[in-house]
Amino acid sequence: MNTKKKQGSRNTGVYVFFAIGSIVMIFPFVWMFLTSFKTVAESMQIPPDILPHQWALDSFKDALASLPFGALYKNTILLIVWRVICAVAFSSMAGYAFAKLKFKGKNLLFGVVLVQMMLPSQIFIIPQYQMLAKLGLTNSIFALVFPGLVSAFGTFFLRQAYMGIPDEISEAAYLDGCNQWQTFVKVMVPLTTSSMAALAVFTAVFAYGDLMWPLIANTDLKMMTLSSGLATLRGQFSTNFPVLMAGSLLAMIPMVVLYLFFQKQFIEGVAMTGGK
Amino acid sequence: MAKTTSVSKSTKHGRSESMWGYIMVAPTIIGLLVLNMYPFIDTLKLSFTKTKPFGLYKFNGITNYITMFTSAEFWRANWNTIYFCILTVPLGVFLALVVAVMLNKKIKGQTAFRAIFFLPMVVAPAAVTMVWRWMFNTEYGIINTILGNSVNWVTNPNLVIITCSIIAIWSSIGYDAVLLLSGLQNISKSYYEAASLDGATKIQQFFHITLPMVSPTLFVVMIMRLMSSLKVYDLIYMMVEESNPALTSAQSLMYLFYRESFVAGNKGYGSAIVIWTVLLIGLVTAVQFWGQKKWVNYEV
Repeated sequence: MNTKKKQGSRNTGVYVFFAIGSIVMIFPFVWMFLTSFKTVAESMQIPPDILPHQWALDSFKDALASLPFGALYKNTILLIVWRVICAVAFSSMAGYAFAKLKFKGKNLLFGVVLVQMMLPSQIFIIPQYQMLAKLGLTNSIFALVFPGLVSAFGTFFLRQAYMGIPDEISEAAYLDGCNQWQTFVKVMVPLTTSSMAALAVFTAVFAYGDLMWPLIANTDLKMMTLSSGLATLRGQFSTNFPVLMAGSLLAMIPMVVLYLFFQKQFIEGVAMTGGK
Repeated sequence: MAKTTSVSKSTKHGRSESMWGYIMVAPTIIGLLVLNMYPFIDTLKLSFTKTKPFGLYKFNGITNYITMFTSAEFWRANWNTIYFCILTVPLGVFLALVVAVMLNKKIKGQTAFRAIFFLPMVVAPAAVTMVWRWMFNTEYGIINTILGNSVNWVTNPNLVIITCSIIAIWSSIGYDAVLLLSGLQNISKSYYEAASLDGATKIQQFFHITLPMVSPTLFVVMIMRLMSSLKVYDLIYMMVEESNPALTSAQSLMYLFYRESFVAGNKGYGSAIVIWTVLLIGLVTAVQFWGQKKWVNYEV
């Protein structure tokens, strides 16, 4: 009886901790939402009212008028989709070869992968930009995807996944008459679904949040991503916070909705790729 | 006879195996050579040149490095970056550990709480910073309204890094907690049962079981957080625009790199800054790996 009571009071402490923590974590988003429906005058009212008086949509209209949100969504989605496809496909192939196949120079080539993984991506940015500029390919979807065409981290991560699969499985497939490519596509790839999903989530979240590269590569407003578009909006409406909140809300909603549906996959994906 | 066949078959197998090996690593290796290896060497080369109009460069020896090491703005950016790390890494990782320990308890709604703390991770830093900028606004921000004063969170040169650090900790706490939680879940319950039988208090258990057992994960999280904090850019960029009087007191090394390379167009000088930053990250990481022997416990 006594221990049960003690257990109960300890849990109360935990719940109080989480109640306060949750408010701190969620309040900024709530405040963003509420501010976006206020008028400018209302947002500057002292003391502020919590709820907007009449849920005005003017800020959303202003945000939509100054940023081509349709294009921003499209560019961001294409950036994410291409980066995910490239990272998962090329990293799977290379990860499998590094884990399971024997060929001369394998260690040297894997060393190349490891070195690139250690170096921060910023050290590549200036020449990457210059290559694009020379080819006249800035302000394009290709420019956005460009630095993420291949992934050293993804190769390393999927190599780890393939290392965990016993050799007997690929040998059995080989004896059944599959060639190397068939063994890879039909037998091995399906075995790494959870690792591929984790890499996809990691790549998508990073591509969506990335700011420096989109700002540099695509300066044309129509070719920007949601992140770099928001940075532009900040310059245009430096003190009109309802418009800035409306813009931020529009930029974050698609990802948050995806997150609400695939919360488990998001968190586990990131936990798996953790350490990067 | 049978033996010969088997040998020839296995060499054929081997030949096709190595052929497939090269084919399958080719896209990645070619990509890395073009997208990373060449740019790395090029950045190194650029750091010894002066940018001229029409994409031309002139070799100018170590001038960029001399300019850099004698620039007050550069040293200020170093200090800003390190100060940001000091403010965010220890406190952020500690709070994440507290959250992880709490999440590891068997309570109702554990999944929901985990999802809530993790939320900032899936929102673009640009959007996150925007709302904090509004909340930290001097005249109309909700934080000053609650505190009942008018602190210049964003424009006071002495405060702006602290403001950015608060946002950084808030953003990363859930991510770090999720990583630490997976470390905590690997600790066998039997250690705690044995300790309880010996009469150890919860606090003793935390310091003698939890902390040593989770220390390898803690080390990984700290290294990762430190490396990404040394590269901080987006948060400060969104918080402090060019016209902000606190710009030099807030700009990190990567922000300075961005401004020099892509706003001012000094790609040679910008390259020197990024080379320096990479060396700094390497140095700090090496110190961490050397220091880990003192506190990380790998004997599980």
